[in-house]
Amino acid sequence: MSKLLFTGAEWDFAQLKNVFSAIEDVAVGDLKLDTYPNQIEIIASEQMLDAYSAHGMPLMYHHWSFGKIFAREETMYQKGWQALAYEIVINSNPCISYLMEENTMTMQALVMAHACFGHNHFFKNNYLFRQWTNAESILDYLAFAKKYVMACEEKYGADQVEQILDSAHAIMEQGVFRYRRPPRPSKTQQQERLRKRQQYEEESFNDLWRTLPGSARDMSADLASVDEDDIVGLQAPLNLPEENLIYFLEKHSPVLTNWQREVLRIVRNVAQYFYPQMQTKVMNEGCATFVHHYIMNALYDRGQIGAGSMLEFMHSHSSVVMQPGFDDSRYYGINPYALGFAMMSDIKRVSEEPTPEDEEWFPEFAGKGDWRDVLKHAWTNYRDESFIQQFLSPKVMRDLKLFAVRDTAEDPVYTVSAIHNELGYRRLRTSLARLYDLATHQPDIQVVGANLAGDRTLTLRHNRHRDIPLAQGAKEAVIKHVRRLWGYSVVLDEPEDTEES
Amino acid sequence: MANFIDRRLNPKGKSLANRQRFIRRARAEIKEAVQKSLKDRTVSDFAKDQKISIPTKSTKEPRFRLDPSAGGENERVLPGNKDFVEGDQIKKPRQGEGQGRGKDASTSGDFEDDFSFTLSQDEILDIFFEDLELPNLVKTALKEIKVYSWRRAGFTTSGSPTQINLVRTMRNSFGRRLAMRRPKEEEIDALRERVTALRCGATPDAEKRELIAELEEEIARLEHRRKWVPFLDPVDVRFNAFEQQPIPTSQAVMFCLMDVSGSMGEREKDLAKRFFMLLHLFLRRRYERLDVVFIRHTHDAQEVDEHTFFYSRQSGGTIVSTALEEMKKIVAERYATGEWNIYAAQASDGYTQTGDASRCVDLLNQDLMPICQYYAYIEILDEREMEVFSSDESGAELWRAYRTVAKQWKNFATKRIAKPQDIFPVFRELFAKETAAAEAKA
Repeated sequence: MSKLLFTGAEWDFAQLKNVFSAIEDVAVGDLKLDTYPNQIEIIASEQMLDAYSAHGMPLMYHHWSFGKIFAREETMYQKGWQALAYEIVINSNPCISYLMEENTMTMQALVMAHACFGHNHFFKNNYLFRQWTNAESILDYLAFAKKYVMACEEKYGADQVEQILDSAHAIMEQGVFRYRRPPRPSKTQQQERLRKRQQYEEESFNDLWRTLPGSARDMSADLASVDEDDIVGLQAPLNLPEENLIYFLEKHSPVLTNWQREVLRIVRNVAQYFYPQMQTKVMNEGCATFVHHYIMNALYDRGQIGAGSMLEFMHSHSSVVMQPGFDDSRYYGINPYALGFAMMSDIKRVSEEPTPEDEEWFPEFAGKGDWRDVLKHAWTNYRDESFIQQFLSPKVMRDLKLFAVRDTAEDPVYTVSAIHNELGYRRLRTSLARLYDLATHQPDIQVVGANLAGDRTLTLRHNRHRDIPLAQGAKEAVIKHVRRLWGYSVVLDEPEDTEES
Repeated sequence: MANFIDRRLNPKGKSLANRQRFIRRARAEIKEAVQKSLKDRTVSDFAKDQKISIPTKSTKEPRFRLDPSAGGENERVLPGNKDFVEGDQIKKPRQGEGQGRGKDASTSGDFEDDFSFTLSQDEILDIFFEDLELPNLVKTALKEIKVYSWRRAGFTTSGSPTQINLVRTMRNSFGRRLAMRRPKEEEIDALRERVTALRCGATPDAEKRELIAELEEEIARLEHRRKWVPFLDPVDVRFNAFEQQPIPTSQAVMFCLMDVSGSMGEREKDLAKRFFMLLHLFLRRRYERLDVVFIRHTHDAQEVDEHTFFYSRQSGGTIVSTALEEMKKIVAERYATGEWNIYAAQASDGYTQTGDASRCVDLLNQDLMPICQYYAYIEILDEREMEVFSSDESGAELWRAYRTVAKQWKNFATKRIAKPQDIFPVFRELFAKETAAAEAKA
């Protein structure tokens, strides 16, 4: 009797369940993936378009910008310029995956392996997602957000709400926390600490210490510095500088009402929820693509899917991981699927059949054969930037024929600074890793001052990285939005390069 | 195991609210784009979805962006190297060259291309007809109210089975069952099982028999109680209630008069028909309760249905006044002037039998204009004539005659059409909202 799970393109729910358990068998039994429980929803193409326009979330507050995305996607789809994604997956618990009803059975299998196990494992384990997102509560929070925004629209008028959302969206990228840190001690806590220290010194006073050389520390200096602080005291509770603009405005804007602060908070939370995804595109897609590739091949080896399906899978897989060259008309930047998949497959290769070069580059795992653990360790503990810096091998650089080009604004020419050869590997790897560091292509803008005692001017500072300035027109437009939220004048300093790169 | 859910039957169009917000936001730009794109379109095209492009002025979403072309040093990594080696230099394209492809070009720059998307037919018509209306819709003499709409009015205890409200009914039933302690099926089943368990095996001794008897008694008691407290009681049942609400309506009728005589060439007829189609579309869309009467005439006028009016051919001599007579007759028969707002639109090439023009003027002045809220006359010329009759003063016999009517009556409008492109602007002029027109004059 044939062990085939399905034949032909048609699917039904019984087949989906069968295939799912076969996939689960490989994913859990062989790859030892650790996932949230899965919830798989079958949707039609129109519903896919709906999902597209709201950041792929099943629930979202209403805003015209989502309508704009929808209008564009709908046109692209209807005119046949662009196919829809096969699937959307949401970082929630249970992990919700949307499957399109048009997919063939082979595609459904691919998509289930990709989303329900690849992405799902990544969401559950990667440190960024664990630290910054709350998969348990995101859907409830979005439901709350949608309701709240709707209630505000009813109470204060759609235009009022739209204005706040417009302004908040303009600084959404500056509305995330990038580092966890302990709260700064308040003024009273600081004084308390100082008082305790003094008290301790008084209690343990021993005149003998004075006779030791180099200990002429004067306590009064500490006290003087506190008094100095009081002069700028109004600034102190603002905890400046602050990198999260939306958070700052939400807490300290002199003009916002409570509901407006809550709306800012909603936008900020949504931004924070998506922040890890922006830093792990290559890893997330690479992980999902590697997993679906491995699982589909395993199923084929076990005789559970036929040769025809396998060919269909290969066709669709290879178009997903295709990387057009820079001079190709289809070139649209480096394809995260291609890079991620290439790197992860290479980790497997290095682990199983290393070359002398690999032994030199990756002595920790070359030839050890434990690629499952290496990959799982990487998926858990790295983001794109660090993953590339750590794991991009010379072979992948050669396969993709990577080269780095330096662009200095004053120079009339671009200079090729490194190519895929012995001399260039390390430089190329560092360059590429940098490109995936959000800090290098998202401007670093911080609140550095708020003149609360005077005319309430808010001062922002753009810390230039490699001396690259902000685009002028957009800068002024965004500052208008910040001004609306702050209520008083806003200035943005852009000092010359402040950091060494 | 995964949980599979079929969502295909869930309501679609979740993005509609966002789409409407977007269209409201870009209203001005969309309107301009629609007007522009409609200029060269035929009326039948008009009722189709179409793609429009709008400038991104009001729908721009600014973000802080870095601009590497303005300063600083930037390093990129690209795939697909063929013959570059380290140290090669590549000339930069000059400003404006080599733009337009790749994400970088559009996101790092300050400008964005026009935004293109598809508007549905409904949206187009809404936008096109937005500030148009029938003028002087005043005679709101409410005829005895005949129109009602159904409105929800809570819940009742009586009604027809089709209106039963399951949620309410089951909620009541559940509450009552809890309160009255209706024994559950499982409880009884559990007891029964115990009885069977006791019964099977060896012949039961006295103690067991006593227990069985006890259990059976208990079962009987519970069964009795279940009968006594029914699952669904008539007191639980609730029905959706509806009540009728009268809708006040004002009644209006539009007369469409068209010359189909031999002097009207195919081109003229086509233009006239296009005009009426647009009018028809407009009226159907904006005024649900509106009668439209189609009258076509040669030397003789007759009332026809919509299809005949637009699609059938006929020819003959031209006596315009017959159409006016017909209209007068129909008004007298069916549309009592105290209750109906009466409108008329007439299209003709301006030629009529000698002497008929004055008869038309008499009919209009004495009979029709006093009862009409608004009367629009559209003259279809060919382009050569349009040049000859460039001034409003000169024209064929009917035109000159109608000018005298227009001088007497404020609610009488005359316009000329020579090209298909004229139709949309003329139409808009004729039905522009009063306020807008007044502002334009001021």
